[in-house]
Amino acid sequence: MLKSSSNILSGIASAPGLAYSECYVYKKEYLDISKVKILDFEEAKQNLLDALQKSKKELLKVFSLAVDKLGQKRAAIFEAQIMILDDPILIGNILDRMKNELLNPEYIVNDEIAKYQEIMNASDELYMKERSLDLEDIKNRIIKNLQNKKWLSKITGEVIVVTDTLTPADTVIFAKAKVKAFVTDFGGLTSHAAILARSLNIPAVVGLHDATKKIKHGDKIIVDGFNGLVIIEPNDKQIKFYSQKIEKLSLVTSELEKSAYIPAKTLDNKKIELLGNLDLVEEIDLMKKNGAEGIGLVRTEQLFIESMGFPDENEQYLRYTDIAQKLYPYEVVIRIFDTGGDKVLPFDVKEANPFLGWRGVRFLLDNPDLLKTQIMAIQRANQLNNIKLLIPMVTSLNEIRKVKDVINECYKVLQNDGNKNIQKIKIGAMIEIPSAAVMTEEFAEEVDFLSIGTNDLIQFLLAVDRGNDIISSLYQEFHPAVVKTLSYIIKTTKSLNKKVKVSLCGEMAADTLATPLLIGLGLDSFSISPAALPQLKQVILNIDYSEAKDLADKCLKLKTEEEINSELQGFFNTKISNKINNLFEDSNE
Amino acid sequence: MIEKQVIIVNNAGLHTRPAAMITKLASRFKSEFYIVKNGVSVNAKSIIGVMTLAAAKGTELTLVFEGEDEIDAAETLTDYFNRGFDEP
Repeated sequence: MLKSSSNILSGIASAPGLAYSECYVYKKEYLDISKVKILDFEEAKQNLLDALQKSKKELLKVFSLAVDKLGQKRAAIFEAQIMILDDPILIGNILDRMKNELLNPEYIVNDEIAKYQEIMNASDELYMKERSLDLEDIKNRIIKNLQNKKWLSKITGEVIVVTDTLTPADTVIFAKAKVKAFVTDFGGLTSHAAILARSLNIPAVVGLHDATKKIKHGDKIIVDGFNGLVIIEPNDKQIKFYSQKIEKLSLVTSELEKSAYIPAKTLDNKKIELLGNLDLVEEIDLMKKNGAEGIGLVRTEQLFIESMGFPDENEQYLRYTDIAQKLYPYEVVIRIFDTGGDKVLPFDVKEANPFLGWRGVRFLLDNPDLLKTQIMAIQRANQLNNIKLLIPMVTSLNEIRKVKDVINECYKVLQNDGNKNIQKIKIGAMIEIPSAAVMTEEFAEEVDFLSIGTNDLIQFLLAVDRGNDIISSLYQEFHPAVVKTLSYIIKTTKSLNKKVKVSLCGEMAADTLATPLLIGLGLDSFSISPAALPQLKQVILNIDYSEAKDLADKCLKLKTEEEINSELQGFFNTKISNKINNLFEDSNE
Repeated sequence: MIEKQVIIVNNAGLHTRPAAMITKLASRFKSEFYIVKNGVSVNAKSIIGVMTLAAAKGTELTLVFEGEDEIDAAETLTDYFNRGFDEP
């Protein structure tokens, strides 16, 4: 029934769930500069001023970051762009025209700036062409911000968002709106759309390539996040089929949630710690509802987006305190800003390869004010002594040591100020870079805990860009090299005299197919998106640690991903499937 | 009104960095300030306007100041040009 219909699009199932609703097609790349009459000059004027303000904030963010790193020339360009936003002649002309001609700001901004670009393009001087491009950049930024405001106000009601790609900056818009599902052209399993959808506990289907072309704004669509399907304007048969599924899903879900209070133990009584990953404050309730025993990863980059700039010490302190208090007596692991790469900042610094670039701890060590502010806020917030600090993208020991120096500094300041009852925060390192994995033992000597970040670790080990859906199939959790590396990290850490906790916080931790393998390798602490906790617990409650260990030993001897995958599927089908409510059952006939 | 003739003396000419500085300096004064090149006049308090001035090393420009603090404005800005924008 389903496969033969022509209204079905197939993509990557990246967040489980089902949704049936009207859709909202959000095409960001398309800048609408058509001429439109405006009815209310004052409103349009305010929109323009808001867009200018927002653009300025965005640029100031970049400008204040280690400007010397960007080079004088680059820094001057940013400064000039910021000045353009305040240019009295330019802005004055734009407003005059808006008033006299009663035309929309996007059109006039484009028209006016284009005039200057024309002069520059006509010049013989080479550097004038470069300037024209800088003007193009600021012009587009202003227009984009004029448009975003419109988008934001238009998303009312519960819709399914269909878009080309979701950037971290979009999460602010969508987390607050009542979105029912995400459908995107680009992206893979660990793209931001997928991660956000899982955080919000809504389905997502990504990597469809032409969803924004095929789906019309306002179409009613079904999103099947289990099977990666999107059905456009479903017929009666399809509607009936999915309505039943949606009902069943909600029954199964509420049953699963009842297991929140049961501790996660294997059949032969091995206790497994289940923690949650936190991006958005909105997730804390779900965290507790689904029985998280703490937060294994607070992604603090979200703060950048929310405060449209550097969150100052006090803003951060308030946020961290809030989280720590709400989770007490459980622990909260706060990862210091892992910016750059595919993450937060609207960085115009065009690194050829941002993944291997200026981000994580190396970025923070180059921006000591940023680092110190954050550490101070975290340390101050540690009043209940349940906060730990996690360092992202560590490649060498001296990075850990330098962060420790800053922690010591901040701790000393607090002590001198009379805060004698606050304890120094414990520190951990992410193992997500191969060099860190190889040096697990040395790293473990230096810190209190380790957190394995499989998302990046797998990327680096297999040289695969997770966001690139052309090769996303090469990102293999069960590649023998990945399995061996995880085994090495876990077993090395556990073999030390020093008690160092090792936990896994990447998406692999939530993949129930991987669970027996990971437990068999000795992992006893998982940190995942709170929405996925019930399923994971179900699986843990139904496996035997000794059997999982045998499974892991077997997999370590296999030489191909296919063999390991097949072994894991076999284990799952024979030992687990029949015992649990299978939420991933095939809905195809 | 004060008019001053200046020549661009630095190697890189009137690129973005000095353009930004010129506008910043100009905004400190109440006087109007225009830069004239080949008969075309640009309001120097407008950064985007100054950016359109392609002025390589050796270019001759006329700086025009008009207002109550024109003497100070003329001195500050002319000096900045003559110093080659504090660049080689």
